[in-house]
Amino acid sequence: MEFQAKQLFAKHGVATTLGVVVETAEAAKAAAEEIGGVTVIKAQVKAGGRGKAGGVKIAKTADDAFEHASNILGMEIKGLTVNRVLVTPATPPEEEYYFSFLLDRSNRQYLCIASVEGGVEIEEVAKTNPDAVKQIGIDPGTGVDEAKAREIAAEAKFPEAVFEQAVEMIQALYKTFVEEDATLVEVNPLARLAGDKLEALDGKVSLDDNASEVRHPEHAEFEIREEADALESKAKDLGLNYVKLDGQVGIIGNGAGLVMSTLDVVAYAGEKHGNVKPANFLDIGGGANAQVMANGLDVILNDDQVASVFVNVFGGITACDEVAKGIVGALDILGDEASKPLVVRLDGNNVALGRQILNERNHPLVTVVDTMDGGADKAAELANA
Amino acid sequence: MSIYLNKDSKIIVQGITGGMGAKHTALMLDSGAQIVGGVNARKAGTTVTHQDHEGNDVTLPVFGTVKEAMAETGADVSVVFVPPAFTKDACVEAIDAGIGLLVVITEGVPVQDTAEVWSYLQGKSTRMIGPNCPGIITPGESLAGITPHTITGKGPVGLVSKSGTLTYQMMYELRDFGFSTAIGIGGDPIVGTTHIDALQAFEDDPETKAIVMIGEIGGDAEERAAAYIKEHITKPVVGYVAGFTAPEGKTMGHAGAIVSGSAGTAQAKKDALEAVGVRVGKTPSETAALMREILQSL
Repeated sequence: MEFQAKQLFAKHGVATTLGVVVETAEAAKAAAEEIGGVTVIKAQVKAGGRGKAGGVKIAKTADDAFEHASNILGMEIKGLTVNRVLVTPATPPEEEYYFSFLLDRSNRQYLCIASVEGGVEIEEVAKTNPDAVKQIGIDPGTGVDEAKAREIAAEAKFPEAVFEQAVEMIQALYKTFVEEDATLVEVNPLARLAGDKLEALDGKVSLDDNASEVRHPEHAEFEIREEADALESKAKDLGLNYVKLDGQVGIIGNGAGLVMSTLDVVAYAGEKHGNVKPANFLDIGGGANAQVMANGLDVILNDDQVASVFVNVFGGITACDEVAKGIVGALDILGDEASKPLVVRLDGNNVALGRQILNERNHPLVTVVDTMDGGADKAAELANA
Repeated sequence: MSIYLNKDSKIIVQGITGGMGAKHTALMLDSGAQIVGGVNARKAGTTVTHQDHEGNDVTLPVFGTVKEAMAETGADVSVVFVPPAFTKDACVEAIDAGIGLLVVITEGVPVQDTAEVWSYLQGKSTRMIGPNCPGIITPGESLAGITPHTITGKGPVGLVSKSGTLTYQMMYELRDFGFSTAIGIGGDPIVGTTHIDALQAFEDDPETKAIVMIGEIGGDAEERAAAYIKEHITKPVVGYVAGFTAPEGKTMGHAGAIVSGSAGTAQAKKDALEAVGVRVGKTPSETAALMREILQSL
């Protein structure tokens, strides 16, 4: 969110105004009084187009701030509920620029995008006047030093009056990008304020989850869980890679590619069975043991929308007997509470043992199938029963 | 013939003493691969013992550095199992030592680390596969990675895939034909070997008669591969893309598997491939059926 991006900017010396984050209209009023003068009330959600959605308002007085905050808090922007607003001094920009560093997947390096022709309307500028949007590749091995920052500022044609500030800011933004392990650091708009002062008026930072896990425990504080789905929260607490979808067939598999493929195959099978759809993405990962499998089932069986479950595992690192033990164990713990049919397809590592465990237990809810297509069809049929 | 890896490949394992490293060293030996040693600076001078595919004990030396391991064993391939926090250093060390093929299995590597390694690798002699990948298998000859070696044997199909388990699934579907080499390039935003690299290598490999290319949502690698196929690949290619039903804006497991707007959708990738004459299956089994038709007509 914007206020978090600004905290990271400030930490690395990027000129910005933090403002005050509040969760009630009363607090917004108090913040506006403290800041004094004209303020801006800005919805804080992880989505673009907040202004167009009515989530950003100018408040001339503290009472205005109260009123705007009352309207904005609780509104929905792109499906996200606004639970907090940022109150900042209104600093009308004389000019708006755009600046970002991002990961350039296609070229396997970093990319700097800069434009002095308009900030918030950057997408429009890119279409109508692409020459005004400069793209400069950055070698991750050499990065951005002062000389490179000068080169970027010159290429982007930052005006003389703010040129030196731009060189400073470019270095500070690159520092933010690298030291926070970001995949995107964006300032939009980068504003030229009265008195030729350059400031990041709004911004966005996307962090790399892998890096946060490995070396940024402090990034945990940026995660705001209240917007997450309850099942997604539970899955996250259990360390599962789960995404809730809108459907009836619960899916568990191993490996992101195979699970995505399973969702597709179930959706196609569903076309023949009342148009049932996959209810979730759940990847138990490589080398999952019985406990992980049981946790996965626990999350999926708690999804009220789920009518049947399809377990599709091709054991590479994962052992099929562990998966089978997880299924049997979870069903035994659930006892009579388990009421949804399970279709299980196992192949690969220890498959004979896995099938044997399921066959010996012979649970009335479990159907063991031979193929992925057959399993998808059976699970869709059961969900539509 | 095969690509990148064959029966003469001499393989060392970086992280040979760790849990994953030990387990998969045993499995690689069981496949018949020539594993000649390992690296762990803290356990240099010790040995590890596993069994080969004939059940004989094989005692492998553990070296302090990749350079030393290469000098002592003649290794030309390294498989990396070290934890994500240390993967960058392990890769840089192997590149400095001049390893020919660097297969990085480790999942969860910070993407900026991979970007730095990729930059470091430019102009040097190392080919990197991965990170976050199942590695590479030339059935009946060698295995550098975690692909189960029991799925199928040698044959005319070349396979390149972003996904590990879909690699296994496709090998299983076409197990009656077999594979020249199957390579999992990994699902991270930045990887060392791309679909395009593998396509060209399969094109140049006389043993490969047809190629299966497996992609998934996110990025534009499949679209780029399509453009490349049009210009450079004469062998038949069959494609599969996972994630047709994936919603926009949600990450589906792989860091790279995210649909942003209309870019990177499965449909866009399928369209791009079909536009250059690649037949694309809707499911793994349909993809296998398309390949079966091609192989039977050769």
